[in-house]
Amino acid sequence: MKDNVETRAIPRAINWNRLQDDKDLEVWNRLTVNFWLPEKVPLSNDVQSWATLRPEEQQLTIRVFTGLTLLDTIQNSVGAPALLPDAQTPHEEAVLTNIAFMEAVHARSYSSVFSTLCQTKEVDEAFRWSEENPHLQEKARLILDKYDAGGDPNKRKIASVFLESFLFYSGFYLPMYWSSRAKLTNTADLIRLIIRDEAIHGYYIGYKFQRATERLPEAERAALKEFAFSLMFELYDIEARYTEELYDSLGLTEDVKAFLHYNANKALQNLGYEALFPDSACEVNPAILAALSPDSENHDFFSGSGSSYVIGKAVATEDEDWDF
Amino acid sequence: MGGLVYFSSRSGNTARFVADLGLPAERIPQSGETLPTPTAPFILICPTYADGEGRGAVPKQVIRFLNDPSRRALLRGVIAGGNRNFGATYARAGDVIAQKCSVPVLYRFELAGTETDVARVRAGLKKFWGYLPDVPSESIAQGGRSAPLTAAHLEETNARQ
Repeated sequence: MKDNVETRAIPRAINWNRLQDDKDLEVWNRLTVNFWLPEKVPLSNDVQSWATLRPEEQQLTIRVFTGLTLLDTIQNSVGAPALLPDAQTPHEEAVLTNIAFMEAVHARSYSSVFSTLCQTKEVDEAFRWSEENPHLQEKARLILDKYDAGGDPNKRKIASVFLESFLFYSGFYLPMYWSSRAKLTNTADLIRLIIRDEAIHGYYIGYKFQRATERLPEAERAALKEFAFSLMFELYDIEARYTEELYDSLGLTEDVKAFLHYNANKALQNLGYEALFPDSACEVNPAILAALSPDSENHDFFSGSGSSYVIGKAVATEDEDWDF
Repeated sequence: MGGLVYFSSRSGNTARFVADLGLPAERIPQSGETLPTPTAPFILICPTYADGEGRGAVPKQVIRFLNDPSRRALLRGVIAGGNRNFGATYARAGDVIAQKCSVPVLYRFELAGTETDVARVRAGLKKFWGYLPDVPSESIAQGGRSAPLTAAHLEETNARQ
């Protein structure tokens, strides 16, 4: 007992008023303000819309959602906890536990969709499918291998960012597609809440990766970059096959792939890296982009032509004007 | 003479976008009292940090910068960074600044932008000012697509720790 006390590092209480990294508090605040539960979304309003989907479209949707559930389950129980031992600050640990919990909320919310819209038998069949689908299993295993204890902490972060910012998107595409056709719009609202969370997770873990690696020797940084791009190639290859299997019958595969390229580039940017896919391969269907960020003002001057510019004039503003 | 002023947090996305533009630009520091004091008309490039309700979109240092009427008087437009994954609040900082300061939102880009974004903004700025300034190399923001972790980042980190 006495030995135990002496060998253990001094247990320290977390002090949020002494920050080593401002980003921890910034992200903590954003995550906690954005907290939500699936009960907040009126999924039952989609019952009639669900009935308008053809049986194979319903099956595809359930399968896509079980695939997403699998990734959320991994991130909840393995991925985010695996980053805890590498945390640089106590506040980072707190943020990671928040991330882990929200992944459980995401995984749980797909079951809310199922219980609201689907038959138990169809859902059970889809969960079996998720255990047997070779592409889904392959990507899950590839990521889990990187999370294993004893691995390189920076490689764990790379794998985690790719899961958060890339691997979800072959699945997220479908509810955005339905939403762009005015179907399952409440389910799409729920998915947008998940997308919003995953964006912060990918950003934060990518940021911590950049902080953790900025002082490494050039050779080590180059090796990590090579690892990241090669893992991205490997994951993309699996995702392309997964996408073909799921979406070929709807004729959407090429559309989904453009979305994958676009998100792969954003995942790499979260790590501080340049894009992999050229812009010409990332021309996402505008209807999908609009479904991602509905109501966001898209007009700007540099994309338009021949507009006249408004010249600014001085206006008195105070801090409180800015809605902080 | 038109200039660029930008803010970028330690994640460095906006700094990478500005570096890729290859134009002279002044950076609003992440902390501290000393803010740029432009003496000629300029365009502001600003990322978005809104929560789910759109609050807090404009970084505090940018608010401090704009709370000086003499700076606002020279502001001609805003280019906003963001992420479409934040839905309706995508690049919201641009809308807030445009409204408060009666200037146009000139462009929106995601994270560190794409090559297309860089080309469009360069073309847009050239049209806006009527020319693009020649750049003494030392005044170009450091960083860039092929050098994600730069000397500038390290200096910045060392200065803070």
